[in-house]
Amino acid sequence: MFGDYSIGDLGAIFAMQGFAGLILFSVYVLMALGLAIIFGQMGVINMAHGEFMILGAYVTWMTSNAFQSFLPALFPGYFFVAMALAFIASGSLGMLVEWAMISRLYKRPLDTLLATWGLSLILQQAYRSVFGAREVGVELPEWMMGSWQATDAIQIPINGMFVMCLTILITIVVAYVLFLSRWGRQVRAVVQNRVMAGAVGINTEKVDRYTFGLGCGIAGVAGSAFTMIGSTGPTAGQLYIVDTFLVVVFGGAASLIGTIASAFTISQAQSTMEFFMSGSMAKVLTLLAIVAILMLRPQGLFALKVRK
Amino acid sequence: MINSRFFNRSELIGFVSLLLLLVVILPLALDIFRLNLVAKYLTYSFVAIGLVLCWGYGGILSLGQGVFFGLGGYCMAMFLKLEASSVANTKIQSTPGIPDFMDWNQLTALPFFWKPFQSFPFALAAIILVPAIFSFIIGAAMFKRRVGGVYFAIITQAIAAIMTILIVGQQGYTGGINGITDLRTLHGWDIRTDHAKYILYFVEVFFLFAAIVVAQFIRLTKLGRILVAMREQEDRVRFSGYSVANFKIFAFCAAAVFAAVGGALFTLEVGFMSPSFVGIVPSIEMVIYTAVGGRLSIFGAVYGSLLVNFAKTSLSETFPQLWLFGLGALFIAVVLAFPNGLAGIWGDYVQPRIDRLLASRTKKSGNGGLVANGAPAE
Repeated sequence: MFGDYSIGDLGAIFAMQGFAGLILFSVYVLMALGLAIIFGQMGVINMAHGEFMILGAYVTWMTSNAFQSFLPALFPGYFFVAMALAFIASGSLGMLVEWAMISRLYKRPLDTLLATWGLSLILQQAYRSVFGAREVGVELPEWMMGSWQATDAIQIPINGMFVMCLTILITIVVAYVLFLSRWGRQVRAVVQNRVMAGAVGINTEKVDRYTFGLGCGIAGVAGSAFTMIGSTGPTAGQLYIVDTFLVVVFGGAASLIGTIASAFTISQAQSTMEFFMSGSMAKVLTLLAIVAILMLRPQGLFALKVRK
Repeated sequence: MINSRFFNRSELIGFVSLLLLLVVILPLALDIFRLNLVAKYLTYSFVAIGLVLCWGYGGILSLGQGVFFGLGGYCMAMFLKLEASSVANTKIQSTPGIPDFMDWNQLTALPFFWKPFQSFPFALAAIILVPAIFSFIIGAAMFKRRVGGVYFAIITQAIAAIMTILIVGQQGYTGGINGITDLRTLHGWDIRTDHAKYILYFVEVFFLFAAIVVAQFIRLTKLGRILVAMREQEDRVRFSGYSVANFKIFAFCAAAVFAAVGGALFTLEVGFMSPSFVGIVPSIEMVIYTAVGGRLSIFGAVYGSLLVNFAKTSLSETFPQLWLFGLGALFIAVVLAFPNGLAGIWGDYVQPRIDRLLASRTKKSGNGGLVANGAPAE
């Protein structure tokens, strides 16, 4: 399969496919970060996670439209406002959902899966009714368009680079919040021993609510970043949800580093293979490999040893 | 308490009323178009009954039942398609004698895995064996390594995704997104006529009651008791010396075979099979039929699949917008408020009243009162 390409071509192909893989990696990481917090820390399976992401994407789209019509002078910077709004919108919806639904189901993790699936159906239909079934795309500000010519054969799009930088930034923030801040310590204490954490004075209900809200908020930011590289439709979230769950499970549910490593492996494997075979076969092979590895090593790549 | 009788009183009433409904009332009340729809819904009941065993009793939530439904359906469809694409029927193709979609995809010979499906006994055996072996491999790989619960659900869901992508992607071998269509005859007997549809409906109802009896049998044996024990306290069962993994594998395989029988009958009733019955969404919908009917009730599973599908058809005919809202709300309501579904509502509210009514009428008989449904406490 390599026969028709020269060495230089192959190098360029691998570099560009590698970069395409990095963009996919960014989307996976952003989605998986929220999920890793919700699923890894709280043990809740949020099947509506993709829909929280799409909410962020729609908020971004609305913000960009609002800036275009009312504040055209500030348009180049709209994205940062949109990101904050997306975080707030998805995060507050997440907290509402936690209060109304999830908080009643902590003892039945399989049932959270069904209930959140129902939620995802409702949200999808709501998006379809409000925004229409057609996919919408945001207009990128000028500085994000175009691409950077690294060599003759290698072109790297600027919006892709921007999304990647954003991913790195958000990952660092999440890692800081979870591992160094006081609130993060409370979250981890509740995860490790709920009763004991309550006994030492942590308000576990509040911690649960904010944790779920944070996870959903990050999904909203992910959706915001997603608009930079693709268009948004009511069911776009569902396309990624299974992949993202596999990313989280493959990485080891409670491990942040594991999530990032597995997102990297999966996205690179998929995008490199995509060049040499059909997209669907690349996806099938990647997913099959993950399932096979998970059967051999059910705890995932980086397993945290906790007493159950 | 092991029942000395195969059905206790309320189960017998349930069995007989379902029999009356499906064999007498529905065929008399509905025209053949509606009856064929009922037949289509009933194929999902097989899946739902399998899920009652596997999920309700065994506690193993599989989100990949569509895969087994599809495997059964495709095995049947492959046989029917080969019969429909005889050389005489397909002489306009560049390669006569192979299914039309293969010809469109420039295949010139029948792929090797299609060849055995020219034999009807092989196809029938494959409907049972292919899903059984496949589910055994998945189950053995996972349960022997003590993967369960949430992880199992996610992995079966991934398998459903893989299966759909594979079927859609390999158009030349599987018919792609359209599936295998234009099925005509079974051993020369035209399955598209109204008369054939009536006969197929009654064949299906026969199989359904066979499935109910088998499921009830599994439930009442010691095996069924161990499944419940495993769901409640897995470690205790393990420490008592039972091989938990083997029981789980059995429950999963049984559910897969039930689903496959449903899939094969679906192909016969509806006349085609496509990847839209395999993927993630249909698989989760199948879980919903079980949840709505009651995850612990075999009869509930049948009613659940009938009701949800009936609601789906009538709502999406009149208010297509509302259907997804309704389905989503149904999911949430069932999970939050009625974890035991319709059967739970029946057992908690309706049954006691009927019993009280009966008891007040026949005061002399002492054994009225509540009949234990075999439904363990949450």
